[in-house]
Amino acid sequence: MDGTVKKIKKKKGYSSFGIGQSKMTPFFFLAPAVIVLTLVVAYPLIYEIIISFKNVTLLNLKSQKYPFIGIDNYKNILADSLFYSTLIRTILWTAINVFFHVAVGLFLAIVLNRKLPGKALIRVLLILPWAVPQYIAAMTWKGMYNVEYGSINLILTKLFGHAAAIPWLSVPNWTFVACIITNIWLGIPFMMMISLGGLTSIPEELYEAADLDGATGFQKFKSITLPLLKPILTPAIILGTVWTFNMVNVIYIITNGSASDESQILITMVFKRAFQYFRYGQSAALSVIIFLILLAFSTFFIRAQKSED
Amino acid sequence: MKKNDRFDRGDSLPKIILIYAFLIVACICSVYPILNILTVSLRPANAIFTTSLSIIPPNATFDNFKQAFIQYDMLNWLLHSLIVSGSACAFSVVVSVTAGYAFSRFEFRGKKMGLSMILVTQMFPLTMTLLPLYLMIINLKMTNSYIALAIIYVSTSIPFNIWMMKGFYDTIPKSLEESAYVDGASVLRSFYQIILPLAKPAVALTALFSFMGAWSEYIVASVIINEAGKITLPVGLVSMEGQFNTAWGIYSAGALITALPVMILFICLSKYLVGGLTVGSVKG
Repeated sequence: MDGTVKKIKKKKGYSSFGIGQSKMTPFFFLAPAVIVLTLVVAYPLIYEIIISFKNVTLLNLKSQKYPFIGIDNYKNILADSLFYSTLIRTILWTAINVFFHVAVGLFLAIVLNRKLPGKALIRVLLILPWAVPQYIAAMTWKGMYNVEYGSINLILTKLFGHAAAIPWLSVPNWTFVACIITNIWLGIPFMMMISLGGLTSIPEELYEAADLDGATGFQKFKSITLPLLKPILTPAIILGTVWTFNMVNVIYIITNGSASDESQILITMVFKRAFQYFRYGQSAALSVIIFLILLAFSTFFIRAQKSED
Repeated sequence: MKKNDRFDRGDSLPKIILIYAFLIVACICSVYPILNILTVSLRPANAIFTTSLSIIPPNATFDNFKQAFIQYDMLNWLLHSLIVSGSACAFSVVVSVTAGYAFSRFEFRGKKMGLSMILVTQMFPLTMTLLPLYLMIINLKMTNSYIALAIIYVSTSIPFNIWMMKGFYDTIPKSLEESAYVDGASVLRSFYQIILPLAKPAVALTALFSFMGAWSEYIVASVIINEAGKITLPVGLVSMEGQFNTAWGIYSAGALITALPVMILFICLSKYLVGGLTVGSVKG
């Protein structure tokens, strides 16, 4: 019932817009966005799905004649054990990164969401990583990971002696850890600012009431902060997951074009197959698989969040 | 509200010390890599590889900054990037400001679907659509074209920006426009003269994000622009990393020149970040 009343009210507001407002007005406002998104997002996407069923390589790129090969591209990918190991690594990569982004970002936001002298300065310093272009951050961290002269190993050896130096860039597993550290550093400010925006919108009275009831800090966090932040954090976490899952810059640059198979994720595999091996058809199929994984994840995540409410 | 002047009530002295200690460590972690760029850029060419950890190196010099312009085509790279990012930014602001308004204010069929479709576009970011785009651009004979690059950047920045703008418009009461309509203003006029000035913080953020996105994107630029005389900053900077030796000093100077304008812009607009980022507070 409530819903229908609202709808009627909305309709009324709509018709009272009056002068200048016609049926076409919204489309007039939307047209530029629709044109750009169709041209640069929807069309390539459909094209991508089509060529994922075709054999497109450097050899037949010029001729524009791509033979249709059905689901062979998909079959090849799914039969490759490299796909599964990379998929597991990608999931690990995404889970670790997003966990730290949200945990540290939220914690920093909670700490900053109080009266503190010097708060504004601290906030600016903390969001600086967001302002650094990603490829510059990746290159800089790469320099810092240098075995002999990189500052990370220098600090480690100063603190723990010579045995503590880590071969960051030569052992694939360490390279992967290096990428994770870099990406965590890059992603925290976004989550921090989103959480901070959410925290400031929570009314103070709720906490005061909880204080009167003698709630502990953790109880207040669990029953006030988290539920009220949920509508803000859910889309942010979905976006963060998708962005991390598809993060090319950091891995591509730190691993020298993902030269080793043991420190790459799915999206760098797509990039490598397309632009280094020129197997366009296969990499298109891989893209479609990634898209389906992400779509499934976000649908599932949103459903789970909704059913909790 | 009874409160201590400077701190939250209920914060004891040890807690405050702990908070500051934690925040200082966090600040060091976040700023150190950036300072590291500065350190390396100030080192003289013969002392790039040292094991010293001082922030300002002994016998610091600005020579690397000079060399970046002499040895490399830094000035042209800057110019190219400015053209691409500037046009991408302007275009993106116009598109997301209007589309966000439509999603916030008007009722039309497929509104909800449109909003979630926009979110879905985030699921196949650039790298995935890059391949068909690349084939498309070859077909249109638009390789090495700044327009193509700028349009691709616009498409990547508007989904997030539309959501952000919609979230912000939703916080502006509708009664403002309604009274304007009563006074005989058209939809376009009330949007342009009443709502847009109120939405300034969000517009500023939209501009910032789209400029930053274009300014700091490397992968797409490296695929589409490959003519040596036309490359943009990111491609140029990464190309400084040679196969066998990298001029780290000059590279760092270049990186600093690239990152500094964006960082300053970011700091100036950072006060809007808390209020402007209302992406998630949107219901439906």
